[in-house]
Amino acid sequence: MSVPITSQLIDLMAALLLLIAFAMVSQRRILRLIHLFAFQGLVLSVNTFIVAIAIHRPELYGSALLTLGLKVIVLPWLLHRLIDRLNVRWDVETLLNIPTTMLVGILLVILSFNLALPISQLAGTITRGTLGIAMASVLLSFLMMITRRKAVPQVIGFLAMENGLFFAATSATYGMPMIVELGIALDVLVGVFIFGIFFFQIRETFDSLDIHHLEKLKDRG
Amino acid sequence: MELLLVLGLPLLGALLQAVWGNRPWAAELNASMSLLTLLGAAALTAKVISLGPMTIWSELFFIDPFNVFLVALTALVGFTTALFGRVYMRVEQERGKLSAGRLRLYHSMYQMFMFTMLLALTTNNVGILWVAMEAATLATVLLVSLYRTPSGIEAAWKYFILCGVGIAQALFGTILLYLAAEKVLGAGGSALLWTHLHAVQDQLEPNVLSIAFVFLLVGYGTKVGLVPLHNWLPDAHAEGPTPISAVLSGLLLNVALYAVVRNKVLVDGALGTHLAGNLMMGFGLLSVLVAAFFLSRQKDVKRLFAYSSVEHMGIITFAFGMGGPVASFAGLLHMTAHSLTKSAIFFAVGHATQKTGTQMIDQIRGLIHTSPVVGWGLMLGAIAILGIPPFGVFASEFLILTTAMQQQPWATPILLTGLAVAFAAIFSKAQAMVFGTTTAQRLPHPPAVFPVFVHLVIVLILGLYIPPYLAGWYRAAARMIG
Repeated sequence: MSVPITSQLIDLMAALLLLIAFAMVSQRRILRLIHLFAFQGLVLSVNTFIVAIAIHRPELYGSALLTLGLKVIVLPWLLHRLIDRLNVRWDVETLLNIPTTMLVGILLVILSFNLALPISQLAGTITRGTLGIAMASVLLSFLMMITRRKAVPQVIGFLAMENGLFFAATSATYGMPMIVELGIALDVLVGVFIFGIFFFQIRETFDSLDIHHLEKLKDRG
Repeated sequence: MELLLVLGLPLLGALLQAVWGNRPWAAELNASMSLLTLLGAAALTAKVISLGPMTIWSELFFIDPFNVFLVALTALVGFTTALFGRVYMRVEQERGKLSAGRLRLYHSMYQMFMFTMLLALTTNNVGILWVAMEAATLATVLLVSLYRTPSGIEAAWKYFILCGVGIAQALFGTILLYLAAEKVLGAGGSALLWTHLHAVQDQLEPNVLSIAFVFLLVGYGTKVGLVPLHNWLPDAHAEGPTPISAVLSGLLLNVALYAVVRNKVLVDGALGTHLAGNLMMGFGLLSVLVAAFFLSRQKDVKRLFAYSSVEHMGIITFAFGMGGPVASFAGLLHMTAHSLTKSAIFFAVGHATQKTGTQMIDQIRGLIHTSPVVGWGLMLGAIAILGIPPFGVFASEFLILTTAMQQQPWATPILLTGLAVAFAAIFSKAQAMVFGTTTAQRLPHPPAVFPVFVHLVIVLILGLYIPPYLAGWYRAAARMIG
């Protein structure tokens, strides 16, 4: 039995996404993180486009274009401007124990495939096999947020998590209704602006973008 | 038409304030926009009470007794908080804590926050509900860091990240809900409309919905401030300006809980079991207990009452989790009483901290000597929130406890322990702040007395006598929740 070319392509895109998620977890340079984030957006957009061709859903073309515009062009551009203004373009973060983090990541992937199995059996989409990968990239982005000590990579992790959720929506249901997707896109865009304002506030107040300055309130119980 | 007023006025207000929010009369504009919103909400309420549930604008919006009651409450507290904020922010500005530009941000985002909450309450689309909840976080996050102090920025960052991650879980839950709905209702916009989902709830795939509910509860529960997801709440309440603490505590937590309850109705219908209710009861009890024990450790007065909010949201979540007409009725009553009392307390606390120049409980002493009004406001507010009769909180807590004794006897001792510990902690601290040797000084502006006492009087009335139309309204809403 031959598998249609589109679903092979979708599987390829899913595999790429998983690879990017792992690359992001282990990437220490802020600039490359942004490149990876843009690449992730591109893969998502292409994936949505392929799904749109495969099942002939015109509204998915809109969704693919929206992803392309927002996640490949606007957000990376904003992030580039931010790191220029903050002068952290060439920053390298010291990450503890990349091998351990990778092992935890692999465990997360296994976990999410198990979690996704019952759900994906119920989904009637041609993309349902990729739901596990979608959940894995959400969890890997979460892992990235936990392990980072700097504000900018943490935010990129946050955005990558949203990308993972978007991919989950595409694999499980061919994407949310357009009005909801537009709303989510608006929230993400405004969110990035606010994060940008925050970076400057944090830097002005603490002279660095290190999150460990932001752990004083804990002691007060 | 009424809905257009309710949603349009705050949005218009946000735009106007973005332009003129730094003018001397911006606070008055803020209050009058909120008053107009309140009038619109009153008209909408009257319409829904007489005509019953309705959908508006090709089913984009859905109004029933449950959400219209929250719309009215939100608009009311929004208005009184704007009145309080008028005095409070003026003092802050004169003390040089805020520039005119930040005041503009405050006014504009205040109206925007009102808009997002009202949108979350009235929308019929579960996806838009999520979008509006996230937008509510975005609108308030810069207000928490308004003073630009290190701790303020830390609190706002924590609020942003924790609620952002939390609400991402809720998005995943919504995606799963859509997955289940799409099979029954077909793809497209209508599959996320609550009214459509409600109509076919018994056909939705139970397995998917139970997983979806876990994500939705964790996601929106983060914003409700349920333990163990409550970490952002005390910080955000303590570091932001006091009017924002009042609306976060009195309104945002309610709206987030509303989102949970709306989804619970669907999940209950699909599962036919009590899974969702049990989860909510568990989270609720844990919140009551943990928050009660944290109360006595608090040194900051705003953190104290923030933990008290966690405790009360726990009680309400427990009540809705228990379900049934009486418990849901009591939950709604408690929602109303808690919102009004807690915002009144924050108004009094705001004036008290301005008079003494500190938020530390041991440095606030003898409020009653310099300002009897603020002192009594805080004392009566504390008495009301602790559930001492004749205030409304007593009535709702009594109903919740008696229902728990019948339906979930095992939970009663846990609830009572929580209430008793909270009582001891808050009462002793409030008494010391109100009576004792004074440290407070007079301020050039008289305190905004009206909002504090209007709230307390309504709570008092709710405790003594619930007007029949209000009771009927609550009962209708409780029927919707089931």
